[in-house]
Amino acid sequence: MKIVVPIKQVPETSNVKMDPKTGTMVREGVESIINPLDLYAIEEAIRLKEKSGGQVIVISMGPEKALEAIKEAIAMGCDDGVLLSDKKFAGSDTWATSCVLAHAIKKIGDFDLVICGERATDGDTGQVGPGIASFLDLPLSTFTSEIISIDEGKIQVRRLVEGGYEELELKLPAVLTVVKEISDPRLPTLRGKLRAKGVEIPVWGPQDIGVDEENIGLKGSPTRVVKIFTPKVTREGEMITVNDEKSLEEAVDKIMEFLIKKELI
Amino acid sequence: MGEVWTLAEFSHGKLSSVSYELLNRGKNLAEKLNTALASVVLGYNVKREYIDELIARGADKVYVVDDKNLENFLVEPYAKVLIALIKEYNPEIFLAAATTTGRTLMPYVAVKVRTGLTADCTVLDIEEGTGNLLQTRPAIGGNILATIKTPNTRPQMATVRPHSTKPALPDRNRTGEVIYKKFDEDVFLSKSKYLRFIKDESQQVSLQDAKIIVSGGRGLGRPENFKMIDELAELLGGAVGASREVVDRGWKPYPHQIGLSGKTVSPALYIAVGISGAIQHIAGMQTSENILAINKDPDAQIFKIANLGIVGDLNEILPLLIEKIKAYKKKEAV
Ligand SMILES: Cc1cc2nc3c(=O)[nH]c(=O)nc-3n(C[C@H](O)[C@H](O)[C@H](O)COP(=O)(O)OP(=O)(O)OC[C@H]3O[C@@H](n4cnc5c(N)ncnc54)[C@H](O)[C@@H]3O)c2cc1C
Ligand SMILES: Nc1ncnc2c1ncn2[C@@H]1O[C@H](COP(=O)(O)O)[C@@H](O)[C@H]1O
Repeated sequence: MKIVVPIKQVPETSNVKMDPKTGTMVREGVESIINPLDLYAIEEAIRLKEKSGGQVIVISMGPEKALEAIKEAIAMGCDDGVLLSDKKFAGSDTWATSCVLAHAIKKIGDFDLVICGERATDGDTGQVGPGIASFLDLPLSTFTSEIISIDEGKIQVRRLVEGGYEELELKLPAVLTVVKEISDPRLPTLRGKLRAKGVEIPVWGPQDIGVDEENIGLKGSPTRVVKIFTPKVTREGEMITVNDEKSLEEAVDKIMEFLIKKELI
Repeated sequence: MGEVWTLAEFSHGKLSSVSYELLNRGKNLAEKLNTALASVVLGYNVKREYIDELIARGADKVYVVDDKNLENFLVEPYAKVLIALIKEYNPEIFLAAATTTGRTLMPYVAVKVRTGLTADCTVLDIEEGTGNLLQTRPAIGGNILATIKTPNTRPQMATVRPHSTKPALPDRNRTGEVIYKKFDEDVFLSKSKYLRFIKDESQQVSLQDAKIIVSGGRGLGRPENFKMIDELAELLGGAVGASREVVDRGWKPYPHQIGLSGKTVSPALYIAVGISGAIQHIAGMQTSENILAINKDPDAQIFKIANLGIVGDLNEILPLLIEKIKAYKKKEAV
């Protein structure tokens, strides 16, 4: 099995701070991490390799700093990595990002599976995985929660949908995007970290992957961000504190009144 | 000017109500652009009553592709059909719901027709002067809102967050045009096969369809206490949600998780019990119409977005609330 895992380096957003004036994220002092859902993709790929042999290659499009993410993935157990980094890639939306990643995957070639995270925590679109599948004309399973079986050029998967699960059978090669139910990511090991140090990570630009420059970066992106702003929270926000029997009674009555008034009961 | 299209979505043989929400969005846009509003229906055995319902809810036209091969959603044949329709009719705007189907199908299609797609929009409008679609969506875990447009390519495609608007109401006097389209077998060829659907028996109402969601967090303290959440949800006819802390502890399985790495929901009422309101949780539920929070910590983040906040011990509040709801229902039933 040869598995390609596209990963994205994202800002650690668990305690994000926003600049109230500009409405943008305060990036100073914010740590960069592997997109959390991509860890599940990496884990699943490593498990498949451990079971039936093969190779796991992580790829990431981003600034040079994204090398850290690739090294971390290798420390977890991936074999190789490729960084897609070039000024001309900057400003890519999901269309152009999928285009670049699809070209890189084609150049790597001979793969059986592409496993992406379902979505990234910064852009939060979930569009890149399906976009890659579309560029490569491959079958696709999104929201994948389990790989049931792989054999004879076919994979059976289970995906999480509204009201339950769905099972599909895809011909290989195929693209999966995964949710966290699929696995439980391991931590990088000391040995892995040592190995990662020694692994040479090639850096590819547009020429290396043979992508048309009209299709990448801002120029290749059909969408434009017009405006970024901080959401205004407009809730009337009534608060009641319970500290004795009487206020408990009042609070619950208030909830009942709320449910009745809003016709929710 | 091309038309405004919405994708009508089936779930298990029925049109889902997000289809009518999209018509509500689409009507507003089509009026501003002075163009027709159309719904596209892909499926098998598409009953006439569904088509009539789409017209009653605002569609001027309905494109129907009815084929055995479209019985269950598979991305390749669905995409090929939509791409052919787009090439033939050149719609100006194409909206789908940000459901698992919409979020899979639309990016596959957008790549092939080489146009922009904006994910999970909560606000849509037309820009004065240019007539471009302004698509606003939350990003970075809901910390920011971004407005995005697709100035140079058509259609302008967006997925729209379910429940972010009301379904259009039916008007039985409306009439509309129905266009049946047929495709050759090769359009339906697919490298994937649909095997089966497995219903989640633990939920009477699916989270995405629920009008009311009762969610529990680590504040419940013990898995047994989740019974109060289950009971409250059942009494209110709602679904059960959970924070990640609860899912990681195994108190509830992952399909219940609400938030950045779980589901995004937008019910009429979200009740958060013993949930602190970490931004990753809020990212998945902040567009709920009403939010009721119960937490013993007056400084909990969840209160910042709640319409009604109760500061107190859930172990005291929930049993009394359940009791009062039961009494109320008994009284109403008489
Ligand atoms: C990349 C990433 C993705 C994440 N994705 C998600 C996600 O999708 N969904 C999600 O939920 N989280 C997510 N998280 C985790 C998130 O940051 C929080 O850790 C989590 O939401 C906290 O869950 P909680 O509110 O149940 O627990 P806590 O934060 O521990 O809050 C428990 C609350 O219960 C209250 N409480 C305790 N006892 C009582 C009582 N007796 N009565 C009333 N109140 C009481 C406490 O005051 C407290 O506010 C993510 C984190 C990361 C880093
Ligand atoms: N710049 C990137 N480099 C590599 N992989 C990416 C990149 N952007 C997105 N991905 C992959 O696509 C998935 C979905 O991302 P998104 O569509 O941005 O939400 C991620 O979980 C990654 O697997």
